[in-house]
Amino acid sequence: MNKIKCAIIGPGNIGTDLLYKLRRSKVLEPVWMVGVVAASEGLARAREFGLKTTADGVDGMLPHVIEDGVQIAFDATSAAAHKANSDKLTALGVMMIDLTPAAIGPYCVPPINLQQHTSQQEMNVNMVTCGGQATVPVVAAISRVQKVAYGEIVATVSSRSAGPGTRLNIDEFTVTTARAVERVGGAQKGKAIIILNPAKPPLMMRDTVYCLTAEAPDQKAITESIQKMVAEVQQYVPGYRIVQGPIFDGNRVSVYIEVEGLGDFLPKYSGNLDIMTSAATRTAENFAERILDGTLKLKVA
Amino acid sequence: MSTEKKHIVVHDVTLRDGMHPLRHQMTLEQMTSVATGLDRAGIPLLQVTHGEGLGGGSVNYGFGRHTDEEYLSAVLPLMKHAKVSALLLPGIGTVDHLKMAYDVGVRSIYIATHCTEADVAQEHITEARKLGMDTVGFLMMSHMNSVEGLVSQAKLMEGYGANCIYMTDSAGHMLPAQVTEKIHALRAALRPETELGFHGHNNLSMGVANSVAAVEAGVNRVDTSCAGLGAGAGNTQTEVFVTVCALMGIETGVDMFAIQDVAEDLVRPMKKTPQKIGRDALTLGYAGVYGSFLGFAWRASEKYGVPAREILLEMGRRGMVGGQEDMIEGTAYRLAKERGVLKTGTDA
Repeated sequence: MNKIKCAIIGPGNIGTDLLYKLRRSKVLEPVWMVGVVAASEGLARAREFGLKTTADGVDGMLPHVIEDGVQIAFDATSAAAHKANSDKLTALGVMMIDLTPAAIGPYCVPPINLQQHTSQQEMNVNMVTCGGQATVPVVAAISRVQKVAYGEIVATVSSRSAGPGTRLNIDEFTVTTARAVERVGGAQKGKAIIILNPAKPPLMMRDTVYCLTAEAPDQKAITESIQKMVAEVQQYVPGYRIVQGPIFDGNRVSVYIEVEGLGDFLPKYSGNLDIMTSAATRTAENFAERILDGTLKLKVA
Repeated sequence: MSTEKKHIVVHDVTLRDGMHPLRHQMTLEQMTSVATGLDRAGIPLLQVTHGEGLGGGSVNYGFGRHTDEEYLSAVLPLMKHAKVSALLLPGIGTVDHLKMAYDVGVRSIYIATHCTEADVAQEHITEARKLGMDTVGFLMMSHMNSVEGLVSQAKLMEGYGANCIYMTDSAGHMLPAQVTEKIHALRAALRPETELGFHGHNNLSMGVANSVAAVEAGVNRVDTSCAGLGAGAGNTQTEVFVTVCALMGIETGVDMFAIQDVAEDLVRPMKKTPQKIGRDALTLGYAGVYGSFLGFAWRASEKYGVPAREILLEMGRRGMVGGQEDMIEGTAYRLAKERGVLKTGTDA
């Protein structure tokens, strides 16, 4: 079967973990890894797996994009670098999956709006944040039953799995996640909190979702809706599970989640990173399936 | 080091840490009357914010009766001499909250992180310095890092631009010898012009003793709260610390009798239940658990039928840090389930 050829920009932890996931995909084939440091371990690892690599950034790959048939690119660099990367590649008809906080394109949380993005042939989608991928589906599961006046999420990640980018721009996490709780989750008002925990051994990613419903919650319908949603997330993140809940207390609905990673390149406790790479892979696969069956044709943007 | 004629800044946190036992429900009248009393008594710097800092109003920590902006705007115009500070925990509050505080007139900001995570404060410390604010790096749960570790975190904050570094004993777990050792190390490692501060809690009845040890080891700012109103068994009591300083010849500039009156007449009546070192607060101190977990553990204990002490011990065993209030209910639920004491109507 044909596979859609992909490039990964950014050979760090996220990019390398993505590489492992793409190599398993039935519809995606990673062919390029793009970095900026020649001695990068990530580039060396990609070469071992038979990918072409460049240390000259996206510019180093641009002359080969057409002949190598690259149709989807993942950007795992930084918000500052993303716009230029995206402009250069979408001009050649390459669809971008943005794992940075740049968010030029619409937020994509697969079980909620991936189909919509594919149908609209978006050329750039943003994967929100790890906390957003873990919690927005639950907020949406509640808001599709009844109005959510306020949605709040608390993400706790192991200190060891919070990289320098996250640490330097921690407001980006809270602001972007809160916005996605509103725009994608459907809460009228959103809030996000992130806690880094240095415990050893490192703890698994934990997420708590609190929703305040406008009217008394329909407990049965909400519980069923959440269970259905969790099953959908589990299709691409098998280690995604509800530890406890939903617990109902007046109009407050609380759900406690744990995310265990697949342990591809990153350790299993880094569920926060894994849910990002898994959601990005899922998104690319959906676009790839539609390209392969002829229902989607990428356009030069 | 001699403490003769040493001058200390008493930073009163009644109107911030004191929000915890009141579940952030202080009225504007209570706030303004205490703030005015503190100002009159000669307190040079006092903190006004939600207990969990700017933007702390949430389901997780409890919503305030008023917003930070409302509280700050009510207090600031009334101050004749005292300056007003605010607290901000990156991950909860943002640079936008910082700018709001600046816009309403706050010129002193305490940026707090867990004692191993100073680098999440870079953005906020840098921004505060750019605004020309008195910028404090506040290393919470300082007992959870080694001497060398704490020093390196303090140096990060100093490098970002903090002009004062605090060792914060959020769990009320430290003993005077540890305070002395760590403050000496910080003093030796940081620039001479960088101020040092100490924030103590009373879970082991060490608030004043630790603060005195900190002063003797080189801090020039000490956080205190009137009548000890604050998380856990409460903070170093302002009126006690000021009185001890008077006996030791340490200059605070605070009127001893006036501050005793503020504590006795204005703050003590605000307490819903007398704050004491009961077995649960003592557990916080013993096990080194974040002070504001106490009220949450009590309510979870009530709901799930597991003693608060055991919930707190389990939170400590699992290495939970400040801000993880959301883990308390789950912990209580799990303990109740394991013991077969889960009350009906709480299952989910």
